[in-house]
Amino acid sequence: MAGLELLSDQGYRVDGRRAGELRKIQARMGVFAQADGSAYIEQGNTKALAVVYGPHEIRGSRARALPDRALVNCQYSSATFSTGERKRRPHGDRKSCEMGLQLRQTFEAAILTQLHPRSQIDIYVQVLQADGGTYAACVNAATLAVLDAGIPMRDFVCACSAGFVDGTALADLSHVEEAAGGPQLALALLPASGQIALLEMDARLHEDHLEQVLEAAAQAAQDVHILLDRVVRQHIWPSPDYPLLQSGPWGCFSPNIPRVSWHRQGWYAPHFMLRTPQLQ
Amino acid sequence: MLKSKTFLKKTRAGGVMKIVREHYLRDDIGCGAAGCTACCGAHEGPALEPQPQDPASSLCPQPHYLLPDTNVLLHQIDVLEDPAIRNVIVLQTVLQEVRNRSAPVYKRIRDVANNQEKHFYTFTNEHHRETYVEQEQGENANDRNDRAIRVAAKWYNEHLKKMSADNQLQVIFITNDRKNKEKAVEEGIPAFTCEEYVKSLTANPELIDRLACLSEEGNEIESGKIIFSEHLPLSKLQQGIKSGTYLQGTFRASRENYLEATVWIHGDSEENKEIILQGLKHLNRAIHEDIVAVELLPKSQWVAPSSVVLHDEGQNEDDVEKEEEREQMSRRHLFTPADKRIPRIRIETRQASTLEGRRIIVAIDGWPRNSRYPNGHFVKNLGDVGEKETETEVLLLEHDVPHQPFSQAVLSFLPKMPWGITEKDMKNREDLRHLCICSVDPPGCTDIDDALHCRELENGNLEVGVHIADVSHFIRPGNALDQESARRGTTVYLCEKRIDMVPELLSSNLCSLKCDVDRLAFSCIWEMNHSAEILKTKFTKSVINSKASLTYAEAQLRIDSANMRDDITTSLRGLNKLAKILKKKRIEKGALTLSSPEVRFHMDSETHDPIDLQTKELRETNSMVEEFMLLANISVAKKIHEEFSEHALLRKHPAPPPSNYEILVKAARSRNLEIKTDTAKSLAESLDQAESPTFPYLNTLLRILATRCMMQAVYFCSGMDNDFHHYGLASPIYTHFTSPIRRYADVIVHRLLAVAIGADCTYPELTDKHKLADICKNLNYRHKMAQYAQRASVAFHTQLFFKSKGRVSEEAYILFVRKNAIVVLIPKYGLEGTVFFEEKDKPNPRLIYDDEIPSLKIEDTVFHVFDKVKVKIMLDSSNLQHQKIRMSLVEPQIPGISISPDDISNMNLNGPEKKKMKLEK
Repeated sequence: MAGLELLSDQGYRVDGRRAGELRKIQARMGVFAQADGSAYIEQGNTKALAVVYGPHEIRGSRARALPDRALVNCQYSSATFSTGERKRRPHGDRKSCEMGLQLRQTFEAAILTQLHPRSQIDIYVQVLQADGGTYAACVNAATLAVLDAGIPMRDFVCACSAGFVDGTALADLSHVEEAAGGPQLALALLPASGQIALLEMDARLHEDHLEQVLEAAAQAAQDVHILLDRVVRQHIWPSPDYPLLQSGPWGCFSPNIPRVSWHRQGWYAPHFMLRTPQLQ
Repeated sequence: MLKSKTFLKKTRAGGVMKIVREHYLRDDIGCGAAGCTACCGAHEGPALEPQPQDPASSLCPQPHYLLPDTNVLLHQIDVLEDPAIRNVIVLQTVLQEVRNRSAPVYKRIRDVANNQEKHFYTFTNEHHRETYVEQEQGENANDRNDRAIRVAAKWYNEHLKKMSADNQLQVIFITNDRKNKEKAVEEGIPAFTCEEYVKSLTANPELIDRLACLSEEGNEIESGKIIFSEHLPLSKLQQGIKSGTYLQGTFRASRENYLEATVWIHGDSEENKEIILQGLKHLNRAIHEDIVAVELLPKSQWVAPSSVVLHDEGQNEDDVEKEEEREQMSRRHLFTPADKRIPRIRIETRQASTLEGRRIIVAIDGWPRNSRYPNGHFVKNLGDVGEKETETEVLLLEHDVPHQPFSQAVLSFLPKMPWGITEKDMKNREDLRHLCICSVDPPGCTDIDDALHCRELENGNLEVGVHIADVSHFIRPGNALDQESARRGTTVYLCEKRIDMVPELLSSNLCSLKCDVDRLAFSCIWEMNHSAEILKTKFTKSVINSKASLTYAEAQLRIDSANMRDDITTSLRGLNKLAKILKKKRIEKGALTLSSPEVRFHMDSETHDPIDLQTKELRETNSMVEEFMLLANISVAKKIHEEFSEHALLRKHPAPPPSNYEILVKAARSRNLEIKTDTAKSLAESLDQAESPTFPYLNTLLRILATRCMMQAVYFCSGMDNDFHHYGLASPIYTHFTSPIRRYADVIVHRLLAVAIGADCTYPELTDKHKLADICKNLNYRHKMAQYAQRASVAFHTQLFFKSKGRVSEEAYILFVRKNAIVVLIPKYGLEGTVFFEEKDKPNPRLIYDDEIPSLKIEDTVFHVFDKVKVKIMLDSSNLQHQKIRMSLVEPQIPGISISPDDISNMNLNGPEKKKMKLEK
């Protein structure tokens, strides 16, 4: 009779989270030895794999080369078994093209492409299981893979989705919440500067509410950043302080994670650059 | 903080799909008991009291919380709503089940839970790590939920023990399911049925009456006779309706015959038809306004409605006689609703003696197959029959007028006192405090929502301003205050009482444009030339300072007196002059001036009893204010429609179908007058010409009749309709802008206009035409109900008036002629009544009715419409539930029919039968 109640009076969502809480995030870098960089991420039941090659010489037509910066080539695909109904998706369908384009825009904004003129960086992302927030999972996985490849970036790119239900903004929507048909916004953020790498929404939302939803998404992206940051540290300096693969299911809401963004000091960026292959 | 995954399989459109959902189980959900140290969760909202001082229960003397299961919540909500019941834990499982099964109960529970006093706490047990329960193999959803509830109850008891060792606090599980109760007791949870628990509350015996009687076991043994056939299951009904064997419709019981009812079939507009049902068996326990499914009988069994009046007297039926006998020893009683269309209801009460002769509210719980009447329970005692407060309450309830005091949530959105105009308020606002503005209202008016000014400009033109209270400044869209006023829709004026739409602080103080204080206003300012043509229109939010609040009489006095030359008076004179021109123009265009007898009661200042009646007087100033309000409304309507062609809130008045005018035309013809009704203009003109030198009151009577022919004016959303015409005002477009304090429509119009001129920001609902259409629907309903309530209030006060006055003879005019009666109007009291010529225990006189003229011939006297008669008015209180004014003919004298002016022996009018009453289901 009554529809699904996405947010109860007590402030709990269908899966037991509160409005601003993320799903459990687990991630790992360097999952494939063959690629230059790779990462695997789970955001709740959404699972994505990202692989990065490059920077390398332009493959195929040389005419595509850009004289002043590197070409970022992104490809998105989703596994046939990623959704409830098994469905063959032909390569290069509309949805994956669009997603590839969005990823490209996102990473062109984050990678310091001008360091590698006339070269190419390939980012391949595959969604293994889709349960809402695929774009966000792809961006987060790709960030880790790019970092793993040692490609210099301005900052992490952290993405998160947000929706709007009964006057409250919900962060990190699951598939059930997405399917309910409310507005959904995807945001990719450069967390240190708070700059927006990509903002996308294709639903109707009143102007007055936009700020609220945007804020929720930005906050969630900042929380994602803290987690990804730990994953990176874990990868570089494995230490017993951080249990492997376990990055706290509740995002920053766990009290023992310090909310410090020390990377603002900027001393770790050169560390990654050491591995940057010298081209030409 | 644990996380687990639940795997669900779900079928959708035939296919089987595996759906994987995450479920996060938390350990930060508090138990809700204030001062509980065991759980870290901070409690928000109303929490349980640490030491509940509940009414002593003989079953469990120690302090305790209650934990009801779904069925208790669904059926015993009346008990739970009682202020005596506090500290109740509502589980999420229970709440979800209630939500799926009954939306109204769900809403009531939410309201109760939001009430701080009641200490209801919703425990989110499904997301709690220790109380989450997984469905086991072979266990159905209901059993799983029952188990979840028991687990939660058990958890609570253990949790509360942890609080401190010597804690006596207990959670008591309330369930009416015997098996569930047994299981709970086995698991060591104190469990009672609702009945047991309520009966143990020795301090509140009246609660027992409110228990819904669902235990039918007792009744079934006693009377095995099955009267009704079983209702069909829902699935079968849906199938039948789909295939067309059954028809779905609204059940409407007949007022005259309790064995008869009609069903209005919902369908496409042309298909609307009525089906008649006869006999108790065929009615099968349906109650007025139910949605029912019916199957047509073979054509051979079709019947015509019987013209007999049958009231369920009850006494001669064996079934009821038994009931009466039992009444002596037990507590069962039959309750007679005020509305005849609702059957009598069997209730159980111990306070029969106190409830006798009172108006009470009863809720229907169910109707067993073997019972002649439905079972119900007592809900509320409204007071003595005939008491002014009780009857007012009854008529408010009857007309669904929300009249409870404003809730704390609503009041929290009021501005803090002392209130002043700040810099921020002045943004987008013009300062008009220097203007000489005044307000003209009826005497005693405290919610002044309009003020006027008029001054001469340097170029010789006139500037006229209408200033309306800026209510939308205080009522912000979407908050509780806004929602409540939207729900109320209108202020309801009863004879001795006003039911406000907005809290008094706004209606009588901050929004009221009183004199000599700064008030926020929304102004509509025109530049006009001396022949009242509008040259320029301007809308602005403003601050004004009214220089005088006058009554109509005072304003009239100022205009008329030759030696007053102050600013206010010149302003008024200017306005009056323009208003006259405007009115003339309007009438030329075909606006109607109709008339309805309006009465005003003079109240005794102490007892508030009406001591005298007076028909309202109309002065020039009334029409002056009205003229400018109309002009403002029309100007605003044009502006908002221009700006928001799809979602402007407008008001239209459809032209009545020609058949409506039949009575008027016929009545006029009997006086040799002709009324043309083809257009509003010709109607207005012919009404003006219809005068009779020997009968000056005739014109008013004709206008009263014409009013009865009209349609209702309604609000609508411009995007949902294409006919905007206002028939009565002869205006192509119209809206309501001028009374935002007492009408919600005006608040919306203010918001639209504010957005249109850029003085305020918009919000999503404002530009959603479906939401707006919903608002219009509610407003139309509330306005209609408010009107009915007003009439009922006047009728009740008229009764009180005649009760104190005794019997009087007055002159009256015949308004309508019916087959066996005449409807008369008494101009002195503005009172309308029916004189019947047929009475139950008297021989019927010879009546000849002629529909064409129309006239009624009784014995040898002929009655025509507009004839002057003399009637005697008295109060008939033979039926305590429905007291009414009764009129009998005095002149012309007809032997055997009319009575002499001082005849007192007429019937027993003051012998109230012993009956109790009710109101709503």
